[in-house]
Amino acid sequence: MGLIDIFNYEFVQRAFMAGILIAAISSILGVFLVLRRFSLIGDGLAHVTFGSVAFVMFLGVSPLYITLAALPIVMLSSLAILKLTQSKRIQGDAAIGVVSSLGIAAGIILASLSNGYNIDLFSYLFGNILTVTRIELLLSFIVFLVVAATVIIFYDDLFALTFDEELARTMGIKTGRINTILFLLTAVAAVLAMKVAGIMLVSAMLILPPLTALQLSLSFRMTIIAAVFFSILSVICGIIVAFVLNLPAGGTIVIFNIGFLLFISGAKKILPSTR
Amino acid sequence: MSEDIISINNLTFCYNGLETISDISFTVKKGDYLGIAGPNGSGKSTLIKNILGILQAQKGTINIFGRPLASFNQWNRIGYLPQRINALNSHFPSTVEEIVQLGVTKRNPIALKRTLELMGVAHLSTRLIGELSYGEQQRIMLARALISQPDLLIFDEPTTALDPETRDIFYSVTDGMNRKNGTTIVLVTHDTGIIGQYARNLLYLDKKLIFFGTFENFCASPDMAGIFGLTSQHVICHQHERPENSI
Repeated sequence: MGLIDIFNYEFVQRAFMAGILIAAISSILGVFLVLRRFSLIGDGLAHVTFGSVAFVMFLGVSPLYITLAALPIVMLSSLAILKLTQSKRIQGDAAIGVVSSLGIAAGIILASLSNGYNIDLFSYLFGNILTVTRIELLLSFIVFLVVAATVIIFYDDLFALTFDEELARTMGIKTGRINTILFLLTAVAAVLAMKVAGIMLVSAMLILPPLTALQLSLSFRMTIIAAVFFSILSVICGIIVAFVLNLPAGGTIVIFNIGFLLFISGAKKILPSTR
Repeated sequence: MSEDIISINNLTFCYNGLETISDISFTVKKGDYLGIAGPNGSGKSTLIKNILGILQAQKGTINIFGRPLASFNQWNRIGYLPQRINALNSHFPSTVEEIVQLGVTKRNPIALKRTLELMGVAHLSTRLIGELSYGEQQRIMLARALISQPDLLIFDEPTTALDPETRDIFYSVTDGMNRKNGTTIVLVTHDTGIIGQYARNLLYLDKKLIFFGTFENFCASPDMAGIFGLTSQHVICHQHERPENSI
């Protein structure tokens, strides 16, 4: 079977389409999160996703709708993290740790209470993009449109907020509203990224492409575009290599992400600055 | 009678149960140049953050341009230069042009060029903000505050780490805006000499309002001589009486 032949399979087509959409979603949001020092939110929400998936499986939700059913819990958790980060008594990273611990602890307890679905639950830990359902593909497309529209409409506000939250407030920007939108979208991205990379590697999808783009020292707008480019490239290369070499797709995609980060960082050190 | 730009009545702000600003009232009129001074922890920055809506006071009222702060929405009439910008690190991916136009609703390349030239940073327009020195970054942030030609400029310790030359440019530009365009300026600084040189009114804060009024009243006040000591009062007043400060 040739490389082109793999595209004849519908599940491969779905994997590529969903992978590209989720790569774009997570990398766009990741730029804002990384620059605002919220990188670990992906990790925290991934752990909450684990607990949420365990909960909806415990309730007997059909595997087809698990992603959809887990979404509200993860979105509520993202708002809890936001609320905690704004608390003067808890540091931002500690707030993520609190919600993250709750998610993973709940997941482990629910898994132990019902041995029957442990295998299914643990398959979410490592993800499998080749099992993306039509509903998940549709959800990815809708979320992509929402994220793209949000960034286009609120670009100036998001940029100001990322640069300095206090300064943004003095420009009349409703920082609370923008933060809420950003955190809710990140929650959705974390749930979707679970299908691509698995719960263990969700944060990689959010952090690595923006970090790679930041090495290029571009303008803000170009940094977002570069992050999307590296993220999509990693997904395409990752799925093809995983399919050809029979490797787990999630891990392979993340290895490509890390490869691009190391390559760009290394090239930046070797090549003289053009500025 | 000139318009009230900032009007504060009985403002009290508490942090963790402690009053950091206690029962302050004052008014800033259109065209005023107000210097706010006070020791460390006296509530200067807290006061500014309350005026800008970054912090919310527990008691009292704040009106900006005649409207209660809660319903005020003409933020493009205010240019603010904070003490420091949290994100100004070498990895922040933004060009000088992007930063200067931050919050500008109607982008105007001519205004951008003019403002960058005014601050002597036109040659840096395509550079990343994180690559610049602190002095250059402060000039960029001042350009951002000035580009919309706001009616009110608020500066919080704007020249702390600037070299004397850049500091002089900063104050001569803002002084010119106040005198020629009638831009209202509120300047917070430890440097009472600078306040004496440029400001027309002084607000001295130490959690409570110690003094608010003109320099003439300040210099004639025996109470202020008691608080500041005769020498300090003399230095401040001497700066204010310099010939170039005459209106």
